[in-house]
Amino acid sequence: MRRYSAFAVAREALRYNKGWGRAWRAPQPKKHYDVVIVGAGGHGLATAYYLGKNFGITNVAILEKGWLGGGNTGRNTTIIRSNYLQDPSAAIYEKARGLYETMSQDLNMNVMFSPRGVMMLAQTQHEIRGFQRTAQANAFQGVKTEFISAQRVKQLVPIMNVDGPRYPVLGALWQERAGTARHDAVAWAYARACSDMGMDIIQKCEVTAVNQSGGQVTGVETTRGAISCKKLAILVAGNSGDLARMAGFRLPMESVALQALVSEPIKPCLDVVVMANTVHGYISQSDKGEFVIGGGTDMYNNYTQRGSFHHIEETVRALVETFPMISRMKMMRQWGGIVDVTGDRSPIISKTPLGNCFINGGWGTGGFKSIPGSGWGMAELVAKGEHGPLTAEFGLDRFNEGRFIDESVAAGVAH
Amino acid sequence: MLIFECPYCGVKAEETELHAGGEAHLTRHGAGASDDDLKSYLFMRKNPKGVHFERWQHANGCGKWFHAARCTMTLEVFGTYSAQTFEPPAELVKKIKKKRPDWEGWT
Repeated sequence: MRRYSAFAVAREALRYNKGWGRAWRAPQPKKHYDVVIVGAGGHGLATAYYLGKNFGITNVAILEKGWLGGGNTGRNTTIIRSNYLQDPSAAIYEKARGLYETMSQDLNMNVMFSPRGVMMLAQTQHEIRGFQRTAQANAFQGVKTEFISAQRVKQLVPIMNVDGPRYPVLGALWQERAGTARHDAVAWAYARACSDMGMDIIQKCEVTAVNQSGGQVTGVETTRGAISCKKLAILVAGNSGDLARMAGFRLPMESVALQALVSEPIKPCLDVVVMANTVHGYISQSDKGEFVIGGGTDMYNNYTQRGSFHHIEETVRALVETFPMISRMKMMRQWGGIVDVTGDRSPIISKTPLGNCFINGGWGTGGFKSIPGSGWGMAELVAKGEHGPLTAEFGLDRFNEGRFIDESVAAGVAH
Repeated sequence: MLIFECPYCGVKAEETELHAGGEAHLTRHGAGASDDDLKSYLFMRKNPKGVHFERWQHANGCGKWFHAARCTMTLEVFGTYSAQTFEPPAELVKKIKKKRPDWEGWT
């Protein structure tokens, strides 16, 4: 792999940028791999990367039915935070946030991690109590957050109307080291590093069946032929249910559409991420100047990657009240992604009823921020066949035992 | 925008008038059921790509719950029917089967 550096930029400038080469190879699939990973989104690629880096397993294929990072990795609002209430979630999201901080150096590619701070507005008395409780829990978990006053909110975000008629801002949960990153670059950086370790990233290769014998996985059938493997890892977000059906088990999750939209680019005026859970909306300003806006999920099962218009209207209506200056802004693009939501709104990182087949999914609306932590923990589970401390609580067995990681209460909509 | 005809009041309601209630025809296990049965009732879902039977409430209308058959890949609504039943009407199943010959049928 050619290293990216200031020197490389200067060198290529002198030779008309002809020496960059491909960032990752596009190989033909081999007949056999030690580990086959289904899904070349952030989670799949991160799992592959840490399998190689932490456990030395590099005979790995990452299969992708579309193009690399073209699913939810390319469809999110790029927010990274770890201010969760429950210990297991705070641990894995904080691990992820920590890995994001050094990701550009680690992977030798600029993922544009921007720790600009994430603010979750408290707009009801109930939310004040909830966020104060979360701040307290975070202090015990070693996650730095604080509950700030409405005056401080106004200081940090001068364009915000904190005295709105319907839901005035009463305070906020503030995580200074949270922020955003460039979503495509995260996928590309992992892909480049994986390819460099000798792993095969195979795009336009859809898994059509999971082969098994004697309760153990033996391989997969794909649109580019059969591939055998010792271990299979499924990281396909909204399509988890479909893959599980092929592998012969059911999952406690449903797939729904989550939408986002961006505005026309304007001059910098918002340098933190603002989430407003009561009114269902979150907003940040990208480096291009566009406002990146997200809202709530639709309530019905959906695989179409598009959602209901009335949700966009609700989201924008809520944000116009909080940010009156955006009322005349044009919205440029709107899109939807299919997220897999579990009963307790927490992810599943687990062994499955099928031997040597592992699943990582159910991140619901919080997948992007967790990519490095999820990959780190999933790699350990796949390599050792047993949970490490980071993922121990996220097994499928929690639904049998009633041992939920109940974040639906803690995080509300903006999960 | 999804439009369902409420089988009770006959109104063609669009989705802001309705509340989605998830998968229909679940077996509702109660006290004394095994752990597996309870898990299956509370959490396990079919989540199919394709034909889905589900519950909707005409929340901003007559207020009643009804059932609907809908495709999760195209958002096509095949039909609605009363909630006072344990399975979809045979006529509706036949109609869906005609439109979706590959569908494995109601199970």
